[in-house]
Amino acid sequence: MNKAVLEVRDLQKTFGAVTAAQDISVTVPEGAVYSLIGSNGAGKTTFVNMVTGYIKPDSGLINFGNRNIAGMAPRQITRLGIHRSFQIAQLCAELTVEENMLVADAIHGHPGPSFLRRAHNAEARERALATLERFHIAEHRDRLVPELSGGVKKLLDIAMAMAGETQIMMLDEPTSGVAADEKFPIMDLVMDALRSAGVTVIFVEHDMDIVTRYSERVLAFYDGRIIADDAPGEVLSDPEVQRYVTGAPA
Amino acid sequence: MDLAATILVDGLIYAGWLFIVSVGLTLVFGVLNILNIAHGSLYAIGAYASASMVGAYFALGGEAFPYGSYVAMILAALLVALVLGPLLERGLLRFFYGRDEVLNVLVTYAVFLILEDVMKLIWGVNPYFVYEPYTLLGDVEIGPLFYVGYDFAVIAAAIVVGLAVWLTLNKTRVGKVVLAVIHDSEMSQTMGVNVQRIYLGAFMAGTFLAALGGALTAPMISVTPGLGVNVIIVAFAVVIIGGLGSVPGAAIGALMVGISRAASVHLMPEAELFIIYFVMAIVLLFRPEGLFAKTQARKI
Amino acid sequence: MRFNLLLAAVIAFVVLAAGSVILPDWAMFLFAMALAKGLVCLGIVGMMRGGVVSFGQGLYYCLGAYTATLVANNLGVSDIFLLTLLSSAVCLLVGMAFGPLLSSYRGIFFAMLSLALSMVLYGSLSKMSFIGGTDGLNIAAPTFLGWAPEGRPLQMALYIYVVAIVVIAGVLMRIYFDSERGLLTLATRDNELRVEYLGASVRNVMTYNYVFGAVLGGIGGTIAALALGHVDPEFAFWTTSGEFVFVAILAGSLSVPSVFVAAIILELVRSFSNLYFPNTWQLALGIFLLAVIVVLPKGLGSLVSRRKGSPA
Repeated sequence: MNKAVLEVRDLQKTFGAVTAAQDISVTVPEGAVYSLIGSNGAGKTTFVNMVTGYIKPDSGLINFGNRNIAGMAPRQITRLGIHRSFQIAQLCAELTVEENMLVADAIHGHPGPSFLRRAHNAEARERALATLERFHIAEHRDRLVPELSGGVKKLLDIAMAMAGETQIMMLDEPTSGVAADEKFPIMDLVMDALRSAGVTVIFVEHDMDIVTRYSERVLAFYDGRIIADDAPGEVLSDPEVQRYVTGAPA
Repeated sequence: MDLAATILVDGLIYAGWLFIVSVGLTLVFGVLNILNIAHGSLYAIGAYASASMVGAYFALGGEAFPYGSYVAMILAALLVALVLGPLLERGLLRFFYGRDEVLNVLVTYAVFLILEDVMKLIWGVNPYFVYEPYTLLGDVEIGPLFYVGYDFAVIAAAIVVGLAVWLTLNKTRVGKVVLAVIHDSEMSQTMGVNVQRIYLGAFMAGTFLAALGGALTAPMISVTPGLGVNVIIVAFAVVIIGGLGSVPGAAIGALMVGISRAASVHLMPEAELFIIYFVMAIVLLFRPEGLFAKTQARKI
Repeated sequence: MRFNLLLAAVIAFVVLAAGSVILPDWAMFLFAMALAKGLVCLGIVGMMRGGVVSFGQGLYYCLGAYTATLVANNLGVSDIFLLTLLSSAVCLLVGMAFGPLLSSYRGIFFAMLSLALSMVLYGSLSKMSFIGGTDGLNIAAPTFLGWAPEGRPLQMALYIYVVAIVVIAGVLMRIYFDSERGLLTLATRDNELRVEYLGASVRNVMTYNYVFGAVLGGIGGTIAALALGHVDPEFAFWTTSGEFVFVAILAGSLSVPSVFVAAIILELVRSFSNLYFPNTWQLALGIFLLAVIVVLPKGLGSLVSRRKGSPA
């Protein structure tokens, strides 16, 4: 097993009377592909939100790159190398696909976005095009976001999150809002791109076929706790997981 | 001690006035989601209408029963609401529901500009004086201090307005529907509420309250062009402090602004206008959406 | 690089500067005032691109005007370049103080807080009798690097100075709007969450736009003060700011020149209405504003610039 890239220790979070996270502890090795399963409200997205800074945990540690990132702002965490995509693709609706990519590119350029350099400069457009091609959405580059299909939106969302130095990618339901026959092609594309970049992946998913096919290890959430943490086959045959998460024998 | 009492009484009088002019603004925002700059013009029109009505009342022999001039004032405000309420809401504002909040501020700014000149066309540019109702109630002596009785009538009017609005919203069926629309107009519509009628009703109520504020003020001042310009800015401060759309917020905001302004007038007159916005800035620093605003977290 | 922009700037300067020869006195004064106010509105347009509208830009217009006036009257500085520099420096500092505070507010709260700040200045200046109170102050005619023209040459010099500043500011803002930072501003208006999760600071974006608006406002105020020879607290009154917003909405955020065209249109409409319909000028303005909102929701700029794919 590679050395750990992310170490979460005893994360707690309550919203009023609701316990969203209870004693969450996970160690994710570098280059691994983890999936998070559980019914709605089980705490998967809360976990992603805490690691990426959208929600501040009540207590606990999130160690990444020799420091505790718990409670840091999203942009600081992004800068450190943990990137994320969203359940509902977060795009700039009044910009074209290419411009969305250019925004991501400009932010991660060195030494940061410029007041003088044209956003549409040739090198940036080339880099943007290369990324769009890698995700097979280059043909849509001049279209505005509202004109795109659910699948293209998801891919663009992930492509933007890939800009800069990504060490860990957290995908929140990468196939939600995607047509059934597009799910596997999209996952193939995304996982290829992420694996070839050597990125550690943690994704939230409801579709057990996708979980089995793409992840090396599964974390099953129930009631804010992790009730199973093992290889997909083991987790999906766990009686507790079957009772609380998958609902039926796998 | 006397100073503190003076500040308190002055502050309450000013707060009463502020509440009447602000509560309609916050009600309209709560229901229509429009921050109505023209509220200031409606206030001024109320003042003009009141001056005209009271003038007509005495010209028609109202001297025999001078208290009737109070009825004339309230009728003036009602008249403004009945004419301008439907005209503005049905004729203009309804086309902008659901649009950007700031754009809607501009729409009402345009209405404000138009009404400013319409007033000049109707009432001219010379001042109107109707002092009779102001002196009718005599003076009130509090310790060594004298106050005009009418000032206390304004406080009483504010309390009546506040209770009426609160009771209507919380104790009547219509009021509860209005609260539901304030909370979530889309949901209310799917539940079968006639949102159109609620919008019109709320806007007319807001117009009436603005005009009533002006009508009650008319006897205390000389009614001149540009009356609404300053009112709207102070009313904005009050509703922002209290939280947009909150009636109790408008009351608390009016008290805070009223008393701090009175304190400033007596202790540091240079800061009179400054203090209002200072209070607003401090409140927003700690409560970015005002004291009683509903905050909502975004789900991602 | 950016040859077209440079060419456009040169043409704009030549055409506008030719006005100093052609225009009668009254029109040159009107244009100078319109262009000075256009600078303030350009700042609002910069903020609008980030999704916020300042209803209190009179704050910086007034601050710039009073700074120039007080410096001229009390320190004996009359050089227009120095006065412009000093008042923009003051506005820069004040903008840097308020910018970070205001940058966490949006929509109505941003609009009303900026309005409140300008009204604080209005209220304070009105009560300060030692600097003229509500009457304001006079400011002497400026000098230009030691040259002290009078009469028509003074007007011409002042006009050409405004034109030069407008062209330079216009070019700089166009470069900024087209830059990576400029695109980031548009992205922020669209989706702040995305921008933060790409690793950029939304607050920082908003603060820069606010500070640029402050400096532009200060320069506009300085020039207006020098053109009028007088300043008063009305510079900070909310209806003054309202007119700036009006111009910004009329112009839209697509094109820089349209901001100045809109400012000139407003000044023309105002002076003709004043002449022929002195009592219905606000009525005309209000109807005009409504018409713009309904007919040209993206402003004058949308008539010449079709933004689809690559912006001009």
